[in-house]
Amino acid sequence: MTTVPSTVTVVRPGAAGAARRVRRSLTSRTASAVAIVIAVLWTTPTFGLFLSSLRPEDQIKGTGWWTFFSAPELTLENYREVLFSTSSSSGQMAGFLINSIVITVPSVLFPLAFAAFAAYALAWVPFRGRNWVYIGIFALQVVPLQMALVPLLSFFSEGVSVFGVQITPAWELEGPARFAQVWFAHTCFALPLGVFLLHNFMSELPGELMEAARVDGATHGVIFRRLVLPLVVPALATFGIFQFLWVWNDLLVGLIFAGGTSETAPMTVRLAQMAGTKGNEWQRLTAGAFVSVTVPLIVFLSMQRYFVRGLLAGSVKG
Amino acid sequence: MNLDFDLAAEQPKLVQLLLGVVAFCAVVAVLLLALDRAPMRQRARLHAAILLAPALILLAIGLVVPAARTTLLSFMSGDGTAWVGLDNYVWMFTQPEAVTVLRTTLIWVALVPVLVTAVGLLYAVLVDRTRFESLAKSLVFLPMAISFVGAGIIWKFVYAYRPEESDQIGLLNQIVVAFGGTPRQWLLEPPLNTLFLIAVMVWIQAGFATVVLSAAIKGIPAEIVEAARLDGASPVQMFFRVTLPSIRSAVLVVLVTQSIGTLKLFDIVRTMTGGQFDTSVIANEMYNQAFRYGETGKGAALAVFLFVLVTPIVVYQIRQRREAVR
Repeated sequence: MTTVPSTVTVVRPGAAGAARRVRRSLTSRTASAVAIVIAVLWTTPTFGLFLSSLRPEDQIKGTGWWTFFSAPELTLENYREVLFSTSSSSGQMAGFLINSIVITVPSVLFPLAFAAFAAYALAWVPFRGRNWVYIGIFALQVVPLQMALVPLLSFFSEGVSVFGVQITPAWELEGPARFAQVWFAHTCFALPLGVFLLHNFMSELPGELMEAARVDGATHGVIFRRLVLPLVVPALATFGIFQFLWVWNDLLVGLIFAGGTSETAPMTVRLAQMAGTKGNEWQRLTAGAFVSVTVPLIVFLSMQRYFVRGLLAGSVKG
Repeated sequence: MNLDFDLAAEQPKLVQLLLGVVAFCAVVAVLLLALDRAPMRQRARLHAAILLAPALILLAIGLVVPAARTTLLSFMSGDGTAWVGLDNYVWMFTQPEAVTVLRTTLIWVALVPVLVTAVGLLYAVLVDRTRFESLAKSLVFLPMAISFVGAGIIWKFVYAYRPEESDQIGLLNQIVVAFGGTPRQWLLEPPLNTLFLIAVMVWIQAGFATVVLSAAIKGIPAEIVEAARLDGASPVQMFFRVTLPSIRSAVLVVLVTQSIGTLKLFDIVRTMTGGQFDTSVIANEMYNQAFRYGETGKGAALAVFLFVLVTPIVVYQIRQRREAVR
C-alpha cells in the first residue's frame, strides 16, 4: 500500500499539539453526532409504527404517535382485531400467518436437502462432465426469477403441450393443495445459490478424510450422512436462515403462485393488499405489519452470527 | 365485532403442511436408500445421478425451460398465439408509458447503490472502534430482516398525509408543518415520489453495506493505519488515502449486489404506490403486464430485458466471488 502520505510531521508539544487535540475532539464530536443522527433515522420509523400499533384506533387516525407521550394510552385491541376478527374488512391475519408458516417450512427444507445432495455430488463424487454440470447450475444464478414466472405458472395451470400434444396434465391445484406449487417455485428458485454456497463449503473439507472413509469401505450415503453433514452444519444454517428470510418476506412468488385469498396467500400478500385498498386503516396496517415483522426479527436476532457470516460469503440472492 | 376465529377451519392447511414435511422425509429417505443400495463398485456416475437428480430436474422444470419459453413469448402477441416479431420490444422503447418505466428504473439504479454504499460506509467508519459499535450496527442492520412490504408500510406511515387544518399523523409532514410548511402528498407527486421510494430501499439496505464494509475496515492491516497516524494524517486524509483504497473490493461488492437487487425491485413500489404516479419500475411493470393486463408478450419482453441488464453485473459478481473463494 503506497497511498500513505509520505511526509513525516514531527508532533511537537505545545500550541500546535493543543490545537490538534481540540480539532480531534471536535471532529470526533461531529462524528458521534452524525452517527447518532443516522441511528435515530434508522430506528424512529419502526418505533413509530410499533407504538402506533398499540394506540386506540381514533388516536392513530387523529393524532401523531409522538403525542403519545403527553397522553399515554395503550391497547391490544388492534392486534386482536387484525388477527382474529372474521369480518372480511379486517385483516384476518391469523389465517394468513398460518399460510406463511405452511409456505415457509417446506420451502426451506426442500432446497436445503436438494442443494446439499447436489453440492456433495459436485464436490466429492468424481464423474465425467462434473465441471460442466457445476458451471451450468452456477450460471443459472444469472436468470432473474421474472424470466420463469409466466411459464412456470402455466406449467401448473395448463400443463405442458408441445405441438398440440399434452405432455404433462394441468395440475389444477385447488385449496390447500396450492401450497405445493408455492413450495415448488421457491425450491427451484433457491437451488442455484444454494448449490453454489454449499459446494464452496463442502469442497474445502479435507480430501484425506473422504479418502480414509472410502478406504474403510464407507459408501457415499454413509460419508454424506455421517461425515459431511455434521461438518457443514454452519453452512446449512447460513443458507437456511437466508432462505427462511427470503421466503417469509417474499411478495412476488406468493402473489403469483399462492393467489390472493385467505386459503393460501402469505401475510406479505395480505399486507400489500391492505396497504392498497385500505391504505388509511392504520390501526390494522400497523398491527398487521408488526405481526409479520416479528417472526423474522426473532429468527434474525437469534441467528445473527450465521447471517453475517453468510453476507460476508456473498450469499445474497440476486 | 366478530371475533370467533375458527382454528378448525385452518386444519386443512396444517394437514397440507404435514403432508409436505412427510413428502420431504420420504424423498430424502428414498434418495439415501437408493444411494446405499448402489454398490460402491459401481461407476460413480450412478451415485452422482441419484444425488443430482432432484436439483437438476427442478432446475430444468423451474428455471431453464421457463426462461427459454419466456424468451419465445417475448416475440409473441399478448395471448401467446401469434408471432409479432420485435413489436413488444419496440413498444418497450417507444411508448411513453413504457419509456417512463425504463427512466424510473434508471433513476433507481443510478441512486440506490451509491446512496446505500455512501451511508453504509459513513456509518461503518463513524462507529468503528467506538464503545457502542455492535449495538449501533445492529440498529441499522435490523431493517434487513424486515420484508420490503413491512418496510413499505412503515414508511407509508412516515409519509402519511392529513389536510392542513387537521393534526398530521405522518412524521415527515409533521416536521414540515413544524417548520411552517404545508403538508404534501409525498407519494403522489412525480418525480419526487420516486425519491421517497428510493429512501425506503436505502433504509433497508444500508445495514448490509455497513456490515460488509465494517468487516473490510477491520481487515485493514494495523501497521498501515498506525503508519498513517504517525505521519499525522487527519481523519479525512485517513479516510480517502488509507481506508477507501484498502476496502475497494468490498465497496465494489456492495455496489454490485445493490445494483442487481435494485434492478429486480418489485415489492416496495407495489406496496407503496402500486406503480401509479409514474413510479413503476421494470419488475413491477412486468408483473402488471403479464399477470394483470394479460399482456404476456409485453411482460415477457420486460423480463428478457431485465435478464439482459442483470447478466453482465451478475457475471462480474460471480467472478469476484470465485476470486474471494480462492
